[in-house]
Amino acid sequence: MALYTFPFDSTETPEHDRLGGKCTSLAIMTSAGMPVPPGFAVTTDAYNAVVNDPKLQEHIHTILSRIDLENVADLDHGAAEIRELILTQPVPDEVYNEVHGAYKTLMELCGGEVPVAVRSSATAEDLPDASFAGQQDTYLWITGETYVLQKIRECWASLYTARAITYRAANNIPDEGLSIAVAVQKMVNSRSSGVAMTIDPSNGDRTKIVIDSSWGLGEMVVSGEVTPDNFMIDKVMLSVVNRIISDKHEELVPTGHGSIARREVDAERRNSSSLSEEEILSVAKLAKAAEKHYGSVQDIEWAIDDDLPAGQNVLLLQSRPETVWSQKKSETKVVSAGSGIEAITKSMLASMNQNK
Amino acid sequence: MSPKAAKSFPSPYSMKAPKGAEGWQDLYPYYLTFRDNLRKQEEAKFWFCDSQHWPNVFKPFEVIGVEFASRCLGAYNTRHYIIPPANGIDFRIHMGYNYFSPVGVAPELIPDRVPHFLERAGHYFANWGDLLENWRKDVLKNIEEIDSINFTKLPDMVPLEDITGGKGMDPSVQLFDDFDRLISLCYKNWERHFEFLNLGYVAYLDLFMFCKEAFPGIPDLAIAKMVMGVDSVLFRPDDELKTLADLAVKLGLTAHFTGDDSKTVLAAVAAASNGAEWIAAFEKAQDPWFNYTVGNGFYGTDVYWRDNLDLPVGYISDYVVRAAKGERLHRPKDELIGERDRITEEYASALDDEARETFMGKLGLARVVYPYVEDHNFYIEHWTMGVFWRKVRQLGQLLADEGFWGKATDILYLNRDEVRPVLFDYANAWAVGTEPIGPTYWPNEIARRAKIISALETQRPAPAFNEPPAEINEPFTVMLWGITTAQVQQWLGADDSGKGGLKGMAASGGVVEGKARVIMSPDQLGELVQGEILVAPVTAPSWGPVFGKISATVTDIGGMMSHAAIVCREYGLPAVTGTGKASTTIKTGMMLRVDGTNGTVEILSK
Repeated sequence: MALYTFPFDSTETPEHDRLGGKCTSLAIMTSAGMPVPPGFAVTTDAYNAVVNDPKLQEHIHTILSRIDLENVADLDHGAAEIRELILTQPVPDEVYNEVHGAYKTLMELCGGEVPVAVRSSATAEDLPDASFAGQQDTYLWITGETYVLQKIRECWASLYTARAITYRAANNIPDEGLSIAVAVQKMVNSRSSGVAMTIDPSNGDRTKIVIDSSWGLGEMVVSGEVTPDNFMIDKVMLSVVNRIISDKHEELVPTGHGSIARREVDAERRNSSSLSEEEILSVAKLAKAAEKHYGSVQDIEWAIDDDLPAGQNVLLLQSRPETVWSQKKSETKVVSAGSGIEAITKSMLASMNQNK
Repeated sequence: MSPKAAKSFPSPYSMKAPKGAEGWQDLYPYYLTFRDNLRKQEEAKFWFCDSQHWPNVFKPFEVIGVEFASRCLGAYNTRHYIIPPANGIDFRIHMGYNYFSPVGVAPELIPDRVPHFLERAGHYFANWGDLLENWRKDVLKNIEEIDSINFTKLPDMVPLEDITGGKGMDPSVQLFDDFDRLISLCYKNWERHFEFLNLGYVAYLDLFMFCKEAFPGIPDLAIAKMVMGVDSVLFRPDDELKTLADLAVKLGLTAHFTGDDSKTVLAAVAAASNGAEWIAAFEKAQDPWFNYTVGNGFYGTDVYWRDNLDLPVGYISDYVVRAAKGERLHRPKDELIGERDRITEEYASALDDEARETFMGKLGLARVVYPYVEDHNFYIEHWTMGVFWRKVRQLGQLLADEGFWGKATDILYLNRDEVRPVLFDYANAWAVGTEPIGPTYWPNEIARRAKIISALETQRPAPAFNEPPAEINEPFTVMLWGITTAQVQQWLGADDSGKGGLKGMAASGGVVEGKARVIMSPDQLGELVQGEILVAPVTAPSWGPVFGKISATVTDIGGMMSHAAIVCREYGLPAVTGTGKASTTIKTGMMLRVDGTNGTVEILSK
């Protein structure tokens, strides 16, 4: 068992104390069949191994004890001094080796060096006053190991911003045992994306999953700027029961540096399906897993990541409860209620008047 | 649909018989061919070929199957239960193949039929278990009686005890009587065949319609799986072979199953130290479970396991090899039940309380009646017809021995009503003390007929005749034969999937890629190699043992309730049925991708 890192797709049980809230939830979603963008946690053990060095701790205490919390300039100066200590503190080899290994594994999965997001994952964010959680940092579109390691340190150091120090002081939160985990997670490179609902929104049939899908990022599907492909899947059998392939004229694509480009879809792709057969079923399974996990009809956002291998490239971006149909009765019409010979007769007669 | 697609199939009257088949009409009853003076009314009806049940050209005697089956099917709809919207299915033989045309009921007559149907069919649904037990007893009694018939040569002298007992009759009376009983008992079991079958289908249809309304777009396969039985007697013969293979491994007899034929294998096993126990089990399994054919019971030359032990012993030998490797031979019953329950539960949980009650009620009834839809096939097509054809061949052999023709199966070139006069000819010459006339007449006549049949066999049947209805919505046609509006359009040449793919019924779920093996007749079954995809015009349920070898099935003919579909679901193999042309489009060795969930077959490489 790795001590300093924890891949989100690990089969081990995620412990909140080691992973923090964000990473724990990412790991739980992955194991529940709702793969989020792949990545790993740098655990609180890594933080502890670096920051709980006795000499460093003594140094931090000395600085903290001499800061005048009422003096903004003094506070800013002291906080910066502590953060600088953390940013330059040597990282033990065993910690570095594990983080290096986890990062390398992630890049290999992605078929080369790709940008990641580095986010802090606080262990205390589920405390009653969770506003504390918002004080940690998020860094997007980070490329290269040097920069990733730098941002991990910045996440560690973020426990000593001026705001964090005053917050702890004001709420009597001791600095002892203070720790933080860090999430390193692939930035999604959407080849196709869209939304899915675990209900047929035209009649409230709960045995269907409908998918809207288009090329590139999902914003154009959500905003209605492009007519997406539409798939209806039987939720129980996981087979496609209807499909409409639309003319998808434009797409939004990430440039890899945090900006987004809008471009025309070439002639060949615009009228072809934005999802393969396997991908349609993967998105449907993802939606079904989300519905099972949250226990109610779900409305999800998903993406197909172009950097990831088939079978692992369908990602869940967001899941929220569906609110319209969940409140009312299905509108599917049934001709023959009841059972037995009367019902049999009724449906036999009805079947003759129906076109298949 | 392509705008160029033809709107109509050819008229049977415009078709030319293959060279050498001239005069084929005279081989079949006058009421079963398209007659010139009725052209106008015959051309006004749409006829489709049922090559699912009758894939080969009929010899005259073999018409008995289609006649008895179709007549009795019709009688139950039209005269027993007064099924409101459906009468029987009219049938004709054209150039050796069978064509069906369902007969509807005029809309204004339907309401008056409803109360009769409620009373009659209602009685059956209310007393299903008791009536079915009664059915089983009678069917078995008829089989036993057929089995007791024994056609033997007339003796040189009337037995002395008949003289002293004052019997006053010679054995010709028994001979005539036995032939009449043979035909009559076969007829009685065909009557029984449809006593429950049509009701089984209408109850299934009720559930089917409900599901289509409550879960619009639900795959047919899902509904079939909800009622799927896992203990049908139809699968028992194959299960017996597997049990025998497991027993052989347990008794340490594996090494003795390498012989080329059943005689060698059985002799080797009998001589082995534990052999007696296995032989006893083998003997016990034969009656009734080896009354099982690789055909479908409609042809006099269909081979039954009981009559050719090379077949079951060959299958057992294959199974022994697999069992010795530790493979589990028996179907994964628990998994099949688990999957059935999961599917049912997931659909049920999507309904509100009231709808769920309706759903469970209909499903409950469908599950009571549905096993019959699978089971009857063993009792009638396999067991009854196996015993029946054996007796017909016995009579054929007797008459061959008496010089009427060359070999036992030559009798199949006579229709059943021509056999009675032959018996009289035989018994008459025996009585008069002279030579029968038949031996100077039949050999030439049989040779003439055989030529015609061979000529007919050179041509595959046209899929249908005349103009199809705008919509095909007769539920039996869709469910049993897989004949839908789309299917008919495909036959007419309208494009289906466009890119070298075939479309059919999503009959049994799953996706598989593999090599194709095209099997045009049961004799070729031995060519199948482990893991291949079976492609055939139609399959018979008794091909069971090969289903352990193959990875998927594709057929030309057959709906969701066709035997191929049922067997594949039981074996957990993907199947696409009713593609119309798989066996002629696909060649052995091609790589295929069979998607049994969506009903498509893709040719990946040639």
